[in-house]
Amino acid sequence: MLKPVFEYTKGMLRVDTNFCPGCTHGISHRLITETLDEMNMLGKTIGCGPIGCAVMAHRFMNVDMCECAHGRAPAVASGVKCVHPDNIVFTYQGDGDLASIGTAEIIHAAARGENITTFFVNNAIYGMTGGQMAPTTLVGQKSTTTQAGRDTHQSGFPIRVSELIATLDGAVYVERVALNTPANVNKAKKAVRKAFDVQQKKLGFSFVEFVSTCPTNWGLSPLAAMDFLKNEMLPYYPLGVFRSPEGGEE
Amino acid sequence: MSNTKKVLMKGNEAFAEAAILGGCRYYFGYPITPQNEIPEYMSRVLPKRGGHFIQAESEISAINMAYGAGAAGGRVFITSSSPGIALMQEGMSFLCSAEVPCVILTVSRCGPGIGGIQPGQADYFQATRGGGNGDYKIPVFAPSTVQEGADLVYESMALADKYQNPILIFTDGLLGQMMEPVALPEPVVDIKSTDIREHKPWALTGYWDDDKKRNTVISLRLQPERLEEHIHKLFARYEQAEKELTRVETVGIEDADVVLVAFGTMARIVKEAIDMLAAQGIKAGLIRPISLWPFPYATFDKLTDKTKVVISAELSMGQMIQDVKLGVKDRFPVKLLNRTGGMIPTSLEITERTAAILKEIGG
Repeated sequence: MLKPVFEYTKGMLRVDTNFCPGCTHGISHRLITETLDEMNMLGKTIGCGPIGCAVMAHRFMNVDMCECAHGRAPAVASGVKCVHPDNIVFTYQGDGDLASIGTAEIIHAAARGENITTFFVNNAIYGMTGGQMAPTTLVGQKSTTTQAGRDTHQSGFPIRVSELIATLDGAVYVERVALNTPANVNKAKKAVRKAFDVQQKKLGFSFVEFVSTCPTNWGLSPLAAMDFLKNEMLPYYPLGVFRSPEGGEE
Repeated sequence: MSNTKKVLMKGNEAFAEAAILGGCRYYFGYPITPQNEIPEYMSRVLPKRGGHFIQAESEISAINMAYGAGAAGGRVFITSSSPGIALMQEGMSFLCSAEVPCVILTVSRCGPGIGGIQPGQADYFQATRGGGNGDYKIPVFAPSTVQEGADLVYESMALADKYQNPILIFTDGLLGQMMEPVALPEPVVDIKSTDIREHKPWALTGYWDDDKKRNTVISLRLQPERLEEHIHKLFARYEQAEKELTRVETVGIEDADVVLVAFGTMARIVKEAIDMLAAQGIKAGLIRPISLWPFPYATFDKLTDKTKVVISAELSMGQMIQDVKLGVKDRFPVKLLNRTGGMIPTSLEITERTAAILKEIGG
């Protein structure tokens, strides 16, 4: 009998996603749900989704899940976790949701040391609304609200969220990973597992940033978007562990 | 069922205790005057009673924590005051849309803007018309004593669950800060987190195994057909609320020369003024809406032709008067008797102004 080399995870529901070709949301969705499946925790997890392209995450991820108003997922997850402290509770948020309108919520959930996990999808642009500048849009990067490229005099500087969160003592595990190569995807999966392990051990707030792509709004082909991620984003958003329960940076 | 033993309590603390007795185990608060005794009480008392307190980073976060805990099946109580309630209204609309229960109490102050911290009723529109977007309603109860406030908070903990919708309790700085004797109700039976699924099959609890369907709590409905259908479902519930939750107290309205309409703090003062008017030979009645939405419009049909004028007495520039006019249906002239900005009239002022209004219309 032939051994299957690739199978659907039980963690993803068998529906078509609304994501564009070459978008990495599908990968991060799968990494999270596949990890939960491996931990046998799909049935003991509550997810809190964002506003943005991943607003429909609850249709794809096979866990109990709610939508949250724009930026508010960390507050919502804090409330959920009070009621069900033994469940895994996570938020899944994009850069506009988390790093712009939801800045207060993410900073304070981390500062309180909420025993939840946040997955942060950084693709340096607002996707669903059609390509406006995000807080993480790179200097010089074109968007529909920085059509000549992001000018720091006009629009300020991009925020390195993982580094910011890592300054907070309530955050016990903070890592930035990328979804551009098989090796990086494997590393990303390990980070997802570690974040959930930290939560299950009730150590405090865990945070994984996925450096991601948005071919549609970057105006690039899926392959060229992967190059942009590697050549433009990673120099500004370096990969690594910024905080871990083993102590400090690795 | 209430204890017969009364204790002297500050309004804010009585409301907090009543919420706990009504089953609240989750409270999320942000400091704002004049409701600060509530988060202080909850931070001190709730953890000892098996509950959770979080001091939120803003009112916006507080209502969203409430959404999370409510969606997870917990009984949630949150409080704020006028500008803080304004910040919560995005969340209130969201909770209505997602059908998540929560009891919200405002200890209202004066606006517009930061305004002042003295009692006011200029948030009548904020409470009954809402500032959140879309088609939604929130039942609003306006107590006029600390006892009534405690009873309404207690009862609303169960009503919010029944209607799967937020319930708003509208008090003001005077009720929140004053001390009155209160008979506290008996504590309801606590529901353990692990038993929530049995009581609230829709709640996010983790779905545990393949046999049980997973749950989602959502607000986005991109297909207009589905959204319209959902809104009609919500409004069927609101129609039921109009039948079941309309509450009003009346005093001597059948043979009154003049009927005053007042709620909350203002109604207490009007009651005194009614006795003073009687001493002058003027028969004055009172309609005291206890539910501001649903508003007791039908009560106005009981007024007889003996009545010459209806007066809306408010601590605002006149907001409830719009509902009063809808209730009166042009049968009588409707006048406004008001103070605003935190000024509170004495019963003597109300008496004199009522007599003057009667004289002006030729009563």
